[in-house]
Order: sequence, then C-alpha cells, then structure tokens
Amino acid sequence: MAPAHAVPLNWYLILSAILFALGIAGFLYRRSIITVFMSIELMLNAVNLSFIAFSYHWKQVDGHIFSFFVMVVAAAEAAVGLAIILTVFKNRKSLEIDEISSMKY
Amino acid sequence: MDLTYIVVTLVKLVILFGVLMTTLAYLQWIERKVIAHIQLRPGPYRVGPHGLLQPLADVIKLITKEGMIPSHVHKVTYVLAPFLAVTLALVSICVIPFGPRITFSVAGHQISTWLQMTDLRIGAIFVLAISAVGVYGVALAGWSSNNKYSLLGGLRSSAQMISYELPMALALACPLLLANTLSFRDIVLWQDGYYFGFIPHWNVFQVFPLQIFAFILFLIAAFAETNRIPFDLPEAENELVAGFHTEYSSMKFASFFMAEYCNMVTVTCVTTLLFLGGWLPLFPAPWSDYVAPAVFLLAGLVSAWAALNPARPKDKYTFPVVALASFGLVALFLAGEFVFPIINQIAMPLFWFCAKTGGLLFVWIWVRGTLPRFRYDQLMRFAWTFMFPVGMVVMLATGAVVALLPR
Amino acid sequence: MDTALFIVFAVIALLCGINLVVQTHPISSALSLIGVMSALAVLYLLLGAEFLAAAQMIVYAGAIMVLFIFVIMLLNAGTERVTPTRHLLKVMGVPLIAVFLGIVAFIIQGLLPRSELVWFGGFQGGGPREVGIPLFTRYLLPFEVTSVLILIAIIGAIILAQKEID
Repeated sequence: MAPAHAVPLNWYLILSAILFALGIAGFLYRRSIITVFMSIELMLNAVNLSFIAFSYHWKQVDGHIFSFFVMVVAAAEAAVGLAIILTVFKNRKSLEIDEISSMKY
Repeated sequence: MDLTYIVVTLVKLVILFGVLMTTLAYLQWIERKVIAHIQLRPGPYRVGPHGLLQPLADVIKLITKEGMIPSHVHKVTYVLAPFLAVTLALVSICVIPFGPRITFSVAGHQISTWLQMTDLRIGAIFVLAISAVGVYGVALAGWSSNNKYSLLGGLRSSAQMISYELPMALALACPLLLANTLSFRDIVLWQDGYYFGFIPHWNVFQVFPLQIFAFILFLIAAFAETNRIPFDLPEAENELVAGFHTEYSSMKFASFFMAEYCNMVTVTCVTTLLFLGGWLPLFPAPWSDYVAPAVFLLAGLVSAWAALNPARPKDKYTFPVVALASFGLVALFLAGEFVFPIINQIAMPLFWFCAKTGGLLFVWIWVRGTLPRFRYDQLMRFAWTFMFPVGMVVMLATGAVVALLPR
Repeated sequence: MDTALFIVFAVIALLCGINLVVQTHPISSALSLIGVMSALAVLYLLLGAEFLAAAQMIVYAGAIMVLFIFVIMLLNAGTERVTPTRHLLKVMGVPLIAVFLGIVAFIIQGLLPRSELVWFGGFQGGGPREVGIPLFTRYLLPFEVTSVLILIAIIGAIILAQKEID
C-alpha cells in the first residue's frame, strides 16, 4: 500500500515542534521588535504544518481549512502590528524593545 | 517512473529551455525593430543581416563586461536579487501547455505526451503564487544597492506589483469560474467547440461583453505586473536613473532584463490560455489547417516583392533568404497536411499558440512605442479606485451568471 | 524519493529557522523567514495540501513578508545592538534547548506509536474543490467573520499609519 520511500508522520510533527521552539527562542531572545514579530510568524507557520500533518492523518480536509483561517488571521495581525510598529517608531525613534517599554514617554 | 517517461521529460525540458532562451534574446530584437519602425527609423541593422546578430552581440558584451560588486552594497541580497528574479521568472513556464496530447512512435516505442512540462491541478494559482514571490527580486535589488534612487525605484516598483496583483487575480478568476477548474490543460479543453459552427468557444467570447472586460482588465494588470509602459515609472531611465537596477552591471543586469522579458512571455502565454483558447484554432478543423501555409505564403510573397524592389542595397541578398524560408515553411505545413500527419499534429497547435502569443507580444511592444507613462500616484490611484472595483464587479457578474445558468 | 525531498526541505526549513533567530540584521531574518515559508510550502505539497501550498506562497510569502520587508526598508532598521550576554547563559543555553527538544521529540514519538506513513499522493482531498466546498458550506460563518476581521484590520492599519493632520 505505502511505497517504499515514505516518511513517517512523526517526523513532520517533530519538525513542527522544533520550528515552534525556534520561534519561542526568537521571541524571547531578540531585541528588535520586528524580529520578535517575525518569530511570532514562525510560530504560526509551525502550527500550520502541524494542522496539515494531522489532517493527513485523519484523511479529512478540516485541518486545511483551519490552517487557512490561521493564515488569514496572521495576515490581519501582521497588517495591524506593522502599523503599530510604524507609529511606535515615529514616537520613540527606536526599535529596541527595551527602549520602548515605558508607558510614559 | 519508467525510462521512457524520464527521457521524454528531459527532451521536453531541453527543447523548452533552448526555445525559451532564444525567444528571450530575439524578443529584444523584435522589440527594438518594432519600436524603431513606429518611430520611423530602421533600428538595429548593422550587426548581421537586419541586425539579427544584435542579441548575440549584446549577450557577448554583457558577459564579458566587468561584473563588479560595489563596496557599499549589502552583498548577500545584492547577489541574491537577480538570481531570484530570473529563477522565478523561468519557473512558471513549466505549467504552460503549448499543445494537446501528441502520440507517435519512435524507435519502436509508443510515446504519448502532452506538449507541457507538467500539469498541476492548481496551475492557475501556481502562476499567481510565482508572480507574488517575484516581487522580492525587485524590492531586494532596490534596497541592497544602498542608493536612494534604487531604493525609491525598488519600493515603488514592488508596491505597484502587489497593488496590481489584486485586479489580476480578480480578472483571472472569471475564466476559472466559467471553466470550473484550475488546471490550464482543462481550461483550454473547456474552450473547445464552436458556436454556430464557426464562432469559437473561447473564454473571451463567453457571456458576451463580460469576458471582454475581464480580458482587458487582465491585460492592463499584466502590463503593470511586468513593469512595462505605461506602468514603468520605477525603471524609467529619465525618471529615476534606471530605478532599481542602477547599481547592477554585466550578468546581473542581464538577469533582470531576462527576467522582465520572461515575465512578459509568461503572462502573454497565460492570457492566451485563459482567454484566447490556447492552441485551439479560430475555426473548425479542416479549413483552419490551411491558415498556417496561407500566412507563410503571404510572408514569402511580401519578402519576394521586397527582394525585387530593394529599399537598401543589402536587401537584394537578405530578403530572398527570408522568402525561401517562408516558402519552405509553407511546404512543410502542406506536407504535414497531406503526407505526414505527424507534422501537423505537433505543428498546428504550436502555430496557433505562437500566433496568439505573438500577437499579444506585438500589442505589448506596440503599446510601449505609443503610450506615455503614468505618474506614480496616478498609477496607484488607477489600481485601487478603478481596476479593483471594476474587477470585483466583473467577477461578481461572472459568478452570478455561472450560478444562475443551468450547467 | 519522498524521503529525500522531505529531508532536503526540512533541513532547509530548520536552517532558515535557526538563521532567523541568529542573524542580527532584520532583512536577513526576513529572508530566512521567506525561506522557511517556501520550504514549508513544499512540505505541504508532500502532505497533499496543494491549495494550502499555493495559498501559503501567495498570502504568506508573497504579501505578508513583502509587508515586513517594506516596513524594514522604510524604517531603515539597522543591525541590532549586541549586548554582551553572560558566559554562563551561553554555555548552558544551547545544551538545555537540545535537551528540551529531545524530550519533546520523545513525547511525540510516543504519541503515535503506529506511525503513519506519508507519501506524495496519499491524501487526495487537498485540492481547491475539496477545500472550497466545506469552506463555503460547513465553515461559512467563520469565513464571513474572517472577511469582517480583514476589514477591521484594514481600517486599523490605515488609521494607525496615517500622517497626522496638523
């Protein structure tokens, strides 16, 4: 049934977990707000891979649809988040999260 | 995955690559000649007969020029950008079908293959995806050059490309709604057939005036996607010091050039497939086979007349060659019609496909020689306040027609 | 063949992911993220999700990342200032991450004991028609809600990024 060169599904899930962990590492460690934001996108991508892998497992298409919605939400979030970053840069003149962390200017 | 399949695919790949590279080089020659004749001058005619070796001279010049990387650029993206541009431009050719299934036997093997590298179930949105990622070649080139003109040119060009992707996708959705499939092969096969025996079932003639709007919308969006006049402000020489490819020289510049022409070829091929019926002839089979020999006969007679009344002294020697070549093609097509059906099986669909694509490329070049260019804010306003709403209306109308008419 | 493709693109995704976290210039991180997304698109194709792969390239790699690159270019975001990290942190950080990853991998290995095999063509239900029909019938409400969500995002982005009217 399965051809000789087939990949176990676990490997996809492990890859998804590693990418998610890398996203968390970037989110916690980096100091430029744009790179932090990109690490969030990396986490969302890892989750998408996980959804699609499980959709293959159950042979249903619902995982794909959920992944599609995750993409749409990520697009909306990227648009608003980058607009916020632009405004923050206009006011604080810096992109490092340590320098823009105080609420009072 | 047997050996026949692999060999056939490799042969197709080699033929496609060779023809594509030659076409890109000679497309530049055609463009220069057509624009020159529009501007009442001869164009390149010294390098080889009628300037036919001009592309070769240009290639040699570009390769042997000193390819330098300026010291102030961001080196990784500077080198990556033209590579990305030309790779992505060449990838989308793989899903374009140039003809139907051909069957013949050579050396005892029965070969049956489509004139296409591969057919994807998602062919139409694959081309859209590749053109979406193709924006990076331009944006990164503009940024990495560390030069304010390049940066402005790159940002403007990529903003223009992503703005016009939307009307392009909306206009692309209309024939997809009618054909009910995303694969290019099935879209062309859906356009087979004739109304009243002689009006072809092409997508541009469906739902009568509506698809013509979709066709025009797609063409205009395609002009903007490929950064051609009237939308080429970001790379115009007299506006922005050549825009995003200011700091590039030699092979990298040649890559951008090649990428632009390849994008042009891809987008005309896609337009032909979606709207003009791909490789399907204009009227039904027995009579449409005589169009190709008739066209080349006409070309041969015109060349023979030009050889007999030469405008320049060298024409006495060059035009007879052209006339002979045209008559040779006429003989080939007639032989294919009456003697060897295999020739007609391959050559007829290719002739119709190339005729339609060539006609559209001529329109592209014609527009370049004729129209002035848009200012940048006019361009963006045109995309967002005119093309996008019109695209939505056309798509909604097509969707309504598809939903209401019984299938 | 499938194994070779998976390994190549998984390694590309991993290397680009590590590059994203390690690079100091935001443009290099952005390019690495585009690399991750493209590698993941190929992996989606291997898992039979062809529509999702095309959507990933069009939406994620072709629109969202272009937005990121525009913002980085407009803000002229330069290289991050490198603060000296404590030596202990560097020495203990990497092995701890490796241990954590090993534990996670072990747990996942235990989750699906009879590991299902993935081969190209194993799942045929990922084409545009198969994704589209449930999207417009069973999941119609979330679809319409996401369209409102995008409208909200557009309005928010326009207002936030507007020039101030003096």
